[in-house]
Amino acid sequence: MTQIQTVVSFLYYLLVAYVVVLLVWNFVRSRKWDEEILYLIVLLPFLLRLFRLK
Amino acid sequence: MKLRKLVFAVFGLLLLTTSGTSFYRSRHLEEAVVLSPGVSEVKKLGDYFEGIRGTVNDCNIYIMEGEEPGGTVFVMGGTHPEEPAARLAAWILAENAVMEAGRLIVVLSSNRSASLVTRVGGAYPPDFSIPTDWGERTFRLGDRWADPLDQWPDPEVYIHYPSGQFLAFVDIRNLNRTWPGRPDGSLTERTTHAFMELIRQEKVDLFIDLHEAELQYPVISTIVAHDRGEELAAFTSMMLSDMEFNMGMEYSPPSLHGLSHREVGDHSDAVSLLFEAPEPFLDATRGKTTREQLLTGKDEFVVKAGKAGLLFEKMDENGWPVDVRVGRHTSAVLMTMETWSELNPDRPLRCRGVPRYDEIIALGLGHWLHDPSAAPPERVEIE
Ligand SMILES: [Zn+2]
Repeated sequence: MTQIQTVVSFLYYLLVAYVVVLLVWNFVRSRKWDEEILYLIVLLPFLLRLFRLK
Repeated sequence: MKLRKLVFAVFGLLLLTTSGTSFYRSRHLEEAVVLSPGVSEVKKLGDYFEGIRGTVNDCNIYIMEGEEPGGTVFVMGGTHPEEPAARLAAWILAENAVMEAGRLIVVLSSNRSASLVTRVGGAYPPDFSIPTDWGERTFRLGDRWADPLDQWPDPEVYIHYPSGQFLAFVDIRNLNRTWPGRPDGSLTERTTHAFMELIRQEKVDLFIDLHEAELQYPVISTIVAHDRGEELAAFTSMMLSDMEFNMGMEYSPPSLHGLSHREVGDHSDAVSLLFEAPEPFLDATRGKTTREQLLTGKDEFVVKAGKAGLLFEKMDENGWPVDVRVGRHTSAVLMTMETWSELNPDRPLRCRGVPRYDEIIALGLGHWLHDPSAAPPERVEIE
């Protein structure tokens, strides 16, 4: 069971990384300033988790 | 537009680094323990179960062998680290207790992972400091649940082992919902399994789990007792209420699974008790979530809730200072040892050096926290 958990955790971090890429991509492509701020704010917790800070 | 994006990106990076540094610091803050002369051995939880060795929850186990033989009592702090009086009371034992008869085992960070994080999105203070006679000691605030960095993701529904009872998904990271644990389970389940091994291998007679509760929760200022501990708890609560402060007693519900007062008693020979002290910081109706509120236990909004009849404990402008809460725990532990010795004269528990309720209120709990820089390095441990 511990092995399954390790695999699931790994997949979870892949998913987090994927969402980070999506958000950064959207931030770069966006043309509206309010959307850009929104992408940044949403991005923060994903980055904190990806870097294992919180 | 490119310039705007750049400015935003720099601002985002700034937020990331400042918050990230704060979270990193709080996860790596070292807490000192100056060993009491009574500590004869410091073990690791991994010594009792290999499956926890080297993990974040491989915590220190402080063992105090008595001058005379007797029973074995195990006092656990840090089940829920954001209940600091529970950890601090155990800290006072680890730094001051000397056993005259019987053996005392103390743990300060039973869910060590939970002590390394604060409530996600909760804007809790990362730490707090206690003034002492020589300076101040800083402790991590911690959370109720193990850090998601150490155990994640959570299941949709948490199915407790071995009862099969359905519990809230988040409680798979709650040390007081995963007893008796299992060797191949989640980190938190392996941690409780390791503690069950410790209880069996060290032949623990009496297990005490220290907690604090919000005033809006009915289980407060009380001893929750396993079936085999009812007489002990009833005597102790009577003696405390008569001599020191009001203390209730409740029976551990047989159908509520995963909690220490139920499972430790059911799965070992130890008698299990759980103590609750009042902590307004935990109340949902509290005002600002600050260090000051945590330590003074003063909160006008919780007072207001009391006036509306929503509380199960008294609350006024004096609040519930941390000294009062820690004093309740040390006195309750000492009184339990005294009652235990009367009920079990063949396995006595006698302890000296630990302050009671009145003494802690008079001098402040910091009086019993010693200066790590003044102690020999081999008598200082890090939690
Ligand atoms: Zn608790």
